[in-house]
Amino acid sequence: MQENLVLKLDSIVKTFPGVKALDGVHLDVYPGEVHALCGENGAGKSTLMKIIAGAQPYTSGKMYVDGKDVVFHSTKEAERMGIAMIYQEFNMVPDLSVAENMYLGRLPKKAYGAIDWKKLYRDAKEVLHKLNLKVDEKTKVSHLSVAESQMIEIAKCLTIGAKVIIMDEPTAALTDDEIEILFQIIEDLKKQNIAILYISHRMDEIFRISNRLTVFRDGKFIATKKIEDTNYDDVVSMMVGRSVENLYPSRKYEQQEVIFEVKDMNSKGVHNVNLQLHKGEILGISGLLGSGTIELSKLIYGAIPKVSGNVFVNGQEINCDTPKKALAAGIGFVSDDRKQEGLVLIRSIRENIAMSSLKRYSKGIQINKKYELGQVEKQVKALNIKISSVSQLAGKLSGGNQQKVVFAKMLEANPDILILDEPTRGVDVGAKAEIYAIMDQLTKEGKSIILISTDLPEVIGMSDRILIMREGNVVFEISKEEMSQETILAYASGGVSEHE
Amino acid sequence: MNKNKLINQINVYRSVMILLVICVFASILSPSFLSVNNLFNVFKQITVAGIVGCGMTFVILTGGIDLSVGSIMGLAGVLASGVLATTGNVFYAMGTAILIGIVCGTVNGFWVAQCGIPPFISTLGMMTLLRGCVLVYTKGSPIPVKVDAYKYIGKGTILGVPVPVILLLIIFILAHYVLTQTAFGRCIYAFGGNKEAARLSGISTKKTEWMVYVINGLMCGIAAIILTARLGSAQSTTGEGIEMDAIAAVILGGTSLSGGTGFVLPTVVGAMIMGIIDNILTLMNVNPHATNIVKGAVILIAVLVDKKVKDLSAKAE
Ligand SMILES: Nc1ncnc2c1ncn2[C@@H]1O[C@H](COP(=O)(O)OP(=O)(O)OP(=O)(O)O)[C@@H](O)[C@H]1O
Ligand SMILES: [Mg+2]
Repeated sequence: MQENLVLKLDSIVKTFPGVKALDGVHLDVYPGEVHALCGENGAGKSTLMKIIAGAQPYTSGKMYVDGKDVVFHSTKEAERMGIAMIYQEFNMVPDLSVAENMYLGRLPKKAYGAIDWKKLYRDAKEVLHKLNLKVDEKTKVSHLSVAESQMIEIAKCLTIGAKVIIMDEPTAALTDDEIEILFQIIEDLKKQNIAILYISHRMDEIFRISNRLTVFRDGKFIATKKIEDTNYDDVVSMMVGRSVENLYPSRKYEQQEVIFEVKDMNSKGVHNVNLQLHKGEILGISGLLGSGTIELSKLIYGAIPKVSGNVFVNGQEINCDTPKKALAAGIGFVSDDRKQEGLVLIRSIRENIAMSSLKRYSKGIQINKKYELGQVEKQVKALNIKISSVSQLAGKLSGGNQQKVVFAKMLEANPDILILDEPTRGVDVGAKAEIYAIMDQLTKEGKSIILISTDLPEVIGMSDRILIMREGNVVFEISKEEMSQETILAYASGGVSEHE
Repeated sequence: MNKNKLINQINVYRSVMILLVICVFASILSPSFLSVNNLFNVFKQITVAGIVGCGMTFVILTGGIDLSVGSIMGLAGVLASGVLATTGNVFYAMGTAILIGIVCGTVNGFWVAQCGIPPFISTLGMMTLLRGCVLVYTKGSPIPVKVDAYKYIGKGTILGVPVPVILLLIIFILAHYVLTQTAFGRCIYAFGGNKEAARLSGISTKKTEWMVYVINGLMCGIAAIILTARLGSAQSTTGEGIEMDAIAAVILGGTSLSGGTGFVLPTVVGAMIMGIIDNILTLMNVNPHATNIVKGAVILIAVLVDKKVKDLSAKAE
């Protein structure tokens, strides 16, 4: 059996200054299997993947590919041994075509050195076909959606003859339809005897597609199990060290007065949107990619310019052309893109969390640093953010912990109305439960929340009411009793005709 | 772990270490280097570059650059001297210089923050425009400073310490205070680190960016007073080339040109490094035309060493 392993890791240790990210972990991967990695935020999953892909060196341990002892100094070396990683950050040249990107650095040449375009396009087409992708090989990558470019990255892995493909939270930025396509591709890859290392915080996905899973906790190896020998509760308790009983708090919301109102909001991608938010309510807004949900949230917060529309808080019209004004009027916002819009990666956790509350911390022009530190530490503790110190740079945190920092910043600013775009993207189950509990608590204190999420169980589990958006319009409202994934999808995709 | 710590320490104090190394070299090359008189002399020489460097640090922390500092100094200097010549009032003259500095900085901020023109281009335009104003005003001939009270700012001492050095110290402390202790300082770092995240956090990015150019202009106004007071005249060339000294000081101090990280202390140290090199070459009677060769070489070597140290510490992670 052992000889079959395509990849084997033995006692891998990785230390960062002040942090032991991996503490002697093991991993066995067979060809043609989907092997899921589970663990809390900061457990060391991404770090291990980067090590396997040759993007980061490790402190000690051994790594075998096809039984051969290997040490990678670069991603190129790993690729040569058939190990490729799908990066979430854009990793392609936007102005080149799909085909060129797939064969970048390995473009087929004619005898006299010119590029053999015919062969390039033919080969690319073949690979795309193999993956059932309906993307034209001549389109520029800049014209692709996030999902499509991710698929192209997978196609690229095939062209380099990958035996192991690493996917670190590939579905985080995808809609349900796109996830289906991805899973289809993963099935195809399995049939071609390619192994997939799969990281996700969405348990349903893991149980659906993987054959085996390995759990890490605090950089330590906990167990590897066959999927049929385990279940949700078992995995969660291995991850968290305790069981997470109810992910979603049970909400019994009695409608109170309207606290917030948007009238006739118009802009590029958002048409005539009206909405009312009641005190203590969680209003879910759901829609497919490009339906205008994210744009709407940014319009309300003044992050993008509107064409027309009025916003009322407590019946009073307010001007929120800029985020600063919106925040002053008591509207808070958590962006869905933590790296570009949520965090200043090269500054400390402390500065990031304090960023929206500087005025409150200041006496005259001076920041009361002692008070600030106390507040920041309180938030870190409340959200259970895993850090070595508050002066650590935000960019050095694991993905989920970065997300918690963005959330902490808004909690610290203490707005009455909180707009959350994908607030739990990349956050582990345990922490998700904590964030949901905090949301519930906030509404009990009289604050109101607008929740925008592509994670349907989350929208259903948390919202008291759901608005469905399609092509920039609010097309339907779903009450608590009617909520189901099928209803939402049907209205969001236009499968059901609208009624007033 | 210990090695890592050491490298981190080097990272923080690298500009100070370069300074110490150069001081050791200087004292070996010329025994008179370490005399109190000479050291004050060096300090005095670097005040202008140091003060403009402090302002430039603010600008560079936002990821910008200001090429017009020399021309602002020129305009502030000649107009202040002109006012001094006609009114004889030191305070009017100083007020003029400071006002001109602030106005020019405000105009720079208008182009960059309000109109969104890249700082390199807009301040390059301002550099030429303002120098043209200087030439028109002076018609090419120097304006002498004849009031002793004014000259005192450049040449006088308080308890044996030259006045410009005291001014530099005050400005440095204020700048350090603003950057590290105030909300505005935080806004500057946040802006330089990620403009969009700063904006979405409710920071007024336009105001922040605008303000750094105003502050920089103010610094130029103050520097212009010191320079004209020390030289005893304002000329059409006053301040020319200071942008290079200021930017070099910031870079030697290790502040990243892409913004978001850095302090004013290393900038002042950077200015001192440049000043000491100048000084030691003078003490050794090196042809003044050759000093630029040495200065340029030192900048290149310092930046190279800096990069090597950074690579090393990245590896140590
Ligand atoms: N460049 C770095 N410098 C310092 N510490 C780091 C660095 N990269 C990661 N770490 C630390 O290593 C630990 C593991 O991080 P890693 O990104 O592997 O977590 P993860 O399991 O992928 O978590 P998540 O589910 O949140 O993505 C964390 O404590 C993190 O702070
Ligand atoms: Mg991760």
